[in-house]
Amino acid sequence: MNALRRNVLKSAAGAGAVAVAVAAGLLKPTQAMAAWNKAAFEAKNVGDAMKGIGAASPADSKDITIKAPDIAENGAVVPVEVTSGIAGTSSIAILAEKNGQPLVGTFDLTGGAQGFISTRIKMGQTSLVRAVVNAGGKTYTAAKEVKVTIGGCGG
Amino acid sequence: MHMNRREFLQLLAVAAASGMALDSKSALAGNAPANFYDVPRHGNVSFMHFTDCHAQLLPVWFREPNVNLGVGDAVGKVPHLVGQHLLKAYGIKPGSAEAHAFTYLDFTEAARVYGKVGGFAHLKTLVDKIRAQRPGALLLDGGDTWQGSATSLWTNAQDMVDACIQLGVNVMTPHWESTFGAERVMEIVNKDFKKANIDFVAQNIITNDFGDQVFKPYTMKEMGGVKVAIVGQAFPYTPIANPRHMVPDWSFGIRDDNMQKWVNDARAKGAKVVIVLSHNGMDVDLKMASRVTGIDAIFGGHTHDGVPQPVKVKNAKGITLVTNAGSNGKFLGVMDFDVRGGKVQSYKYRLLPVFSNLLPADAAMDAYIKKVRAPYESKLSETLAVTDDFLYRRGNFNGTWDQLLVDAMMDVKGADAAFSPGFRWGTTLLPGDPITMERLMDQTAITYPQTTLTNMSGEMIKTIMEDVADNLFNADPYYQQGGDMVRVGGIEYTIAPNAKIGSRITSMSIKGKPVVANKTYKVAGWAPVAEGAQGEPIWDVVASYLRDKKVIKGLKLNEPKIVGVGTKNPGISGYQGSVS
Repeated sequence: MNALRRNVLKSAAGAGAVAVAVAAGLLKPTQAMAAWNKAAFEAKNVGDAMKGIGAASPADSKDITIKAPDIAENGAVVPVEVTSGIAGTSSIAILAEKNGQPLVGTFDLTGGAQGFISTRIKMGQTSLVRAVVNAGGKTYTAAKEVKVTIGGCGG
Repeated sequence: MHMNRREFLQLLAVAAASGMALDSKSALAGNAPANFYDVPRHGNVSFMHFTDCHAQLLPVWFREPNVNLGVGDAVGKVPHLVGQHLLKAYGIKPGSAEAHAFTYLDFTEAARVYGKVGGFAHLKTLVDKIRAQRPGALLLDGGDTWQGSATSLWTNAQDMVDACIQLGVNVMTPHWESTFGAERVMEIVNKDFKKANIDFVAQNIITNDFGDQVFKPYTMKEMGGVKVAIVGQAFPYTPIANPRHMVPDWSFGIRDDNMQKWVNDARAKGAKVVIVLSHNGMDVDLKMASRVTGIDAIFGGHTHDGVPQPVKVKNAKGITLVTNAGSNGKFLGVMDFDVRGGKVQSYKYRLLPVFSNLLPADAAMDAYIKKVRAPYESKLSETLAVTDDFLYRRGNFNGTWDQLLVDAMMDVKGADAAFSPGFRWGTTLLPGDPITMERLMDQTAITYPQTTLTNMSGEMIKTIMEDVADNLFNADPYYQQGGDMVRVGGIEYTIAPNAKIGSRITSMSIKGKPVVANKTYKVAGWAPVAEGAQGEPIWDVVASYLRDKKVIKGLKLNEPKIVGVGTKNPGISGYQGSVS
């Protein structure tokens, strides 16, 4: 079944998967671009990036779970999942604190969507990966360290 | 209690003179310690476990480390006990066969009395003996089985695959196996293993695209009417410690949550005994056992710790036993469970050293090994040099074999310094032994053997050393990769294992002069993990050096000054350098 899914996607790619997806309304580039928060995304440090997304001093929360590898297999594509158990979660942002531009993405959740996102981020070096959740006008945060190592020399 | 060296040597001499040496026939006939392998069965469910044999089909020497430091919560705890500290912890008599198997103490003298260890023909005899007393017992292979010898490299792992089928392996999980490439692994699993009914299990290998399981996460078996599940845990950091491009579509990792899910699944389907066959390394296994519930035992490997008895780890719902079964074919773990009323009531565990002089070779396996080696014999047996020195690899910081490799690289390549990976495999040679091509390949047989010569700034050298030190000494086991410290030729340094990354390595110097951050140095190395690296294979570089030298004598072991571990740390003994 999974092999079938993979093959379907491969053939779709052959036919221009992105165009197909856009035509089908799965991706709305204009909508995404309209929400572009230039100041926050171009901020060079965590403090400014947090300010830029209106989260200057978020409260630490144990209801946010970050799933990411302890050591990244490939710093160019680090899988990160964030789950927010906070009622009324309306957006989730991800920051890689030591990246040149720490803010990786913000995800707006509407219409009672589940507080869950899954994506891949790029990391230049070992760093805290931070999630910032907006719920009911308040901001909450949690972080997990992801190590980026040179590799080799194992056992 | 501790016998001094002179007493020990006298004891060995007396033993040899009175015909008690282990290679004598009388030992086999019933005199001590011929009852070594009389292992009465306990209970009704049994497993045998070997791991990290590193493709050694024939008996070898293998010296255990004299430096195996624990950090964080692991300081001074199993498996971070060496020499007399290990003997004391397990009540093993100094000078005994077990003491020789489990420690480095008086290695060369004891090796001559007790003989070589391992070898698949001898292991086969032991496996059959144990199995005869325990019908239905399962043989579990913890991985690092296909890599580590010339013949496994030259046969593309086929010699080991066929040997394991003949040995009677039932279940396996991988690490170095992946360095033959994903396609080759799949070919073996889907053809050879499928035909032989061997389960290849790994709950923590998933596809990079959709996160689908690549292999069966676990297999369910039945023994005497009791359902048992064996969950596979491959080496979590394969794409980091080894070349990622060899398994480009697979993601690994520890994946506790996935482990819990599959353990629960196995229990729900009626498993009364749940085993994890793991290549995590012992410190990672100990942490995993404290977090995941419902596992009766983790049979571990990777860190090559020969641990005589399991560590009992408490977690939220019970106790999990954690073992580690050494390396290079030296040991066979035998775990017996008494399972009644739907659960494990008690256990008995032994980690049996495989003394090849005490176990007659199985004729069929012996014939197979001879046949598979035949086309390569002349190449394998070429004597490159003779060693006057004792050559070994294991230990956190350096071994004489690695010193020889870095000396050869610096000499042949004209480098200021050299790096050699902190591998834990590789056999041992006694003073006076010939260094054959086969023994050189024991240290170097990998699928990415290229040597490199790179201009590096002092800063880059320090960054690399700090990075590797953190992979070994991070206080959190989940950040440890299970290798030893990179072997460093030409650079003297001080290390503080308990410090944080960036401040462990200090006082670096080359030829008595401090290493300068922005100065450029020529650094030789091998085993590059990046794709497309070019360079002469390491064995050719070292072979030419050895042929030229003819005799290896007076190697100067470059060991760092160690600070902050204490002079009474049971993870270090007989260290030649400075320790505080």
